[in-house]
Amino acid sequence: MDDRTIGRAGFLGVLGLGAAGLFLAKDATGLLDRAVPQSVANIVPSAGWRIYTIGSSMPTFDPATYRLEVTGLVGSPASYTLADLKAMPRADQVSDFHCVTGWSVSDVRWAGVRLADVLERAGAKSNVAALNFVSAETPYEDSLTLEQALLPDVMLAYEMDGGPISRPHGAPVRLVMPQMYGYKSVKWVNRIELGTVAQPGYWEQNGYDADAWLGKSNGLSS
Amino acid sequence: MASLLEPALPDTPLTSPARIERFTLTERALHWMHASAFFALLATGMILYLPALSTIVSRRHLVKNVHLWVAVAWAIALVVILIVGNRKRLAEDWREIETIDRDDRRWLRGRKAPQGRFNAGQKINALLTIAFAMLFALSGFFLWLGERDHRFIFAGTGTVHDALTFASIGLLVGHLYLALIHPSTRHALRGMTAGDVDEAWARKHHAKWVEAERDRLASRHEHTSH
Repeated sequence: MDDRTIGRAGFLGVLGLGAAGLFLAKDATGLLDRAVPQSVANIVPSAGWRIYTIGSSMPTFDPATYRLEVTGLVGSPASYTLADLKAMPRADQVSDFHCVTGWSVSDVRWAGVRLADVLERAGAKSNVAALNFVSAETPYEDSLTLEQALLPDVMLAYEMDGGPISRPHGAPVRLVMPQMYGYKSVKWVNRIELGTVAQPGYWEQNGYDADAWLGKSNGLSS
Repeated sequence: MASLLEPALPDTPLTSPARIERFTLTERALHWMHASAFFALLATGMILYLPALSTIVSRRHLVKNVHLWVAVAWAIALVVILIVGNRKRLAEDWREIETIDRDDRRWLRGRKAPQGRFNAGQKINALLTIAFAMLFALSGFFLWLGERDHRFIFAGTGTVHDALTFASIGLLVGHLYLALIHPSTRHALRGMTAGDVDEAWARKHHAKWVEAERDRLASRHEHTSH
């Protein structure tokens, strides 16, 4: 190897490693997930959760004043405290969370209520075909069709990984829609509007797909 | 530090007595364009990446757009400099940077060895900076594309982009220390602002370069006088 190729080889080696990393770093990410303590990962994300907010500030949850409102096509508008929600039939599930930006978290443990129970309790009218979830983080909102909302792994969660949902993850209540990219799983939900047509959500208004099925949506061709 | 106060070595003086040109306008434009883009990308990237910052600043959509457009501006500025700039000089730079000779290898092992216009550390810094910039652009492009077409979501794109950030911050801290604080190297800063450096300093730290420059000037002088 002559003098000139040493530098070039090193340069190309770094380039090759980095490019290979695009495809091979999955194992490294998993390793980081286990090796980096959660306290560090909360400050400097290595693998796992990232916290994305779009409003001017992150919502604060006050247990004394929090209400989940259900409005629109209901007999009369309903309002629930966190205790009211917890008194409804409890559902537990383990599901993966996938962000449209490329990161994923496996085996998240959620607990909460199924939307069927909420709709029944609120007295939803028979012509309800879409649910619009409004976040305390204005102007974030997103919608599901009734059919999507009633899928067996969709829930309104108040617990994550064995504890109450923390503020960055959407305290006190967030939507969990594991079959779609994470932007559909609205955090800090404080109102559900029942209607006949799904409204375009915050990211849909910025060009993302409304039906954000994992691996089937956000295609350039659509 | 002391070296600067020493009188110039009793040697044949160069044609230009006190200062010697190290970086042309093209090289300086490239350096400062890259530096400004890097700082803007680092600032917006940190807001997007660190939860503590992102929850303070929020407005993710806006910050993300600024980050993207700065990256596009960086790429355009790079192409413009490559088109209108002194390409011959940039090719020379590249040839010097990728050549790690015997003296460089001795220098890297901590021994004394005469250095060219770039010392071995500067060569490695430059090689890594160029490689990182290309990988930032590649992984950044796929981060952008993956959000628009799920077929381009790769497992390691984000990890590579993050790892590059950490590595680049490491390089940057070292670079800033050597350029602004370290007594024996900070004199080089003028080379990147005005373009020239103190000749006595250069002779001590970049002996092979000063020698080659002297030969070049001498031969040019010979040619013109005949």
